[in-house]
Amino acid sequence: MPEPAPALVAPQFESATQQRQASLLGMWIFLSTETLLFGGALLGYAVYRMQHAEAFAAAGRHTLLLAGTCNTAILLLSSYLVARAVQRMEDEEGRGARAAVPRLLTFAVALGTLFLVIKGFEYAHEIREGLFPGAAFHIEGRDPQAQQMFFILYFTLTALHAVHVTIGMLLLAFCAWKVHRSSAPQRLATLVDLTGLYWHFVDLVWVFLFPLFYLLGRSP
Amino acid sequence: MSLSKQPLLTLLALLALLALTVGAAYLPIGAAQLPLALLISIAKAVLIVHVFMRFSHGTGVARLAFAAGFVWLVIIATLSLSDYLTR
Repeated sequence: MPEPAPALVAPQFESATQQRQASLLGMWIFLSTETLLFGGALLGYAVYRMQHAEAFAAAGRHTLLLAGTCNTAILLLSSYLVARAVQRMEDEEGRGARAAVPRLLTFAVALGTLFLVIKGFEYAHEIREGLFPGAAFHIEGRDPQAQQMFFILYFTLTALHAVHVTIGMLLLAFCAWKVHRSSAPQRLATLVDLTGLYWHFVDLVWVFLFPLFYLLGRSP
Repeated sequence: MSLSKQPLLTLLALLALLALTVGAAYLPIGAAQLPLALLISIAKAVLIVHVFMRFSHGTGVARLAFAAGFVWLVIIATLSLSDYLTR
């Protein structure tokens, strides 16, 4: 049975446009704070990379480039699907256009799952190789301390990112379910739009993590 | 029609940039490696923010809110690096 449609405009807003713009502003402010969260950590990376460029290149050779490249493509593709879903929600042609939205979002969630599975295999591989920071950490080459710092940053930032991927997947799945169940899905356009913004931001973060952790020290 | 094709073209451009950055990682260009990779990442970021996130559709105050995050990041980075780079 379809859920009753949510109210069009909450009492504190003068119009649907104002309500929508307030929601979008809230999300952009939140993403701004997320920029500072990841940006601060990346600043730490920058400082250690400047001090230990050679050790970072040596350590960077140990990450799995193929897995990282596949995961980048997976996130880019999922972002595209979400962008299409947002577009469809706003389509003037109505129901027909929006029928595809739950499918698009579900496919994006599946790609998010695939991303986490590949990341899990990478972590397992790195832990087996003794690359997880701590007492058991061991690595060939000079300056193992600085190389360990590379892996501290690697595990911290990719795990923080994976938490964001997980939250994004839950939100996307929630949107897919809501749109599927709703009798008036056009009223959910803002919800899908906000979730899309978050998902694209998660993609955006990965675009910067990828070269910093996967592309170092590959050239001869 | 041109509007609905835009995300697909963006996806193709992003995947091409991904291939480019992986390829460039194997070039023997030494210290230019990381700046080049980050430049490609910035190009990808611009595409994502502009097309997927529709940044330019937003209200002025929303754009300002997002830009403010980067302004603060530049301030933090400048102050921190002014210490580390001058030791």
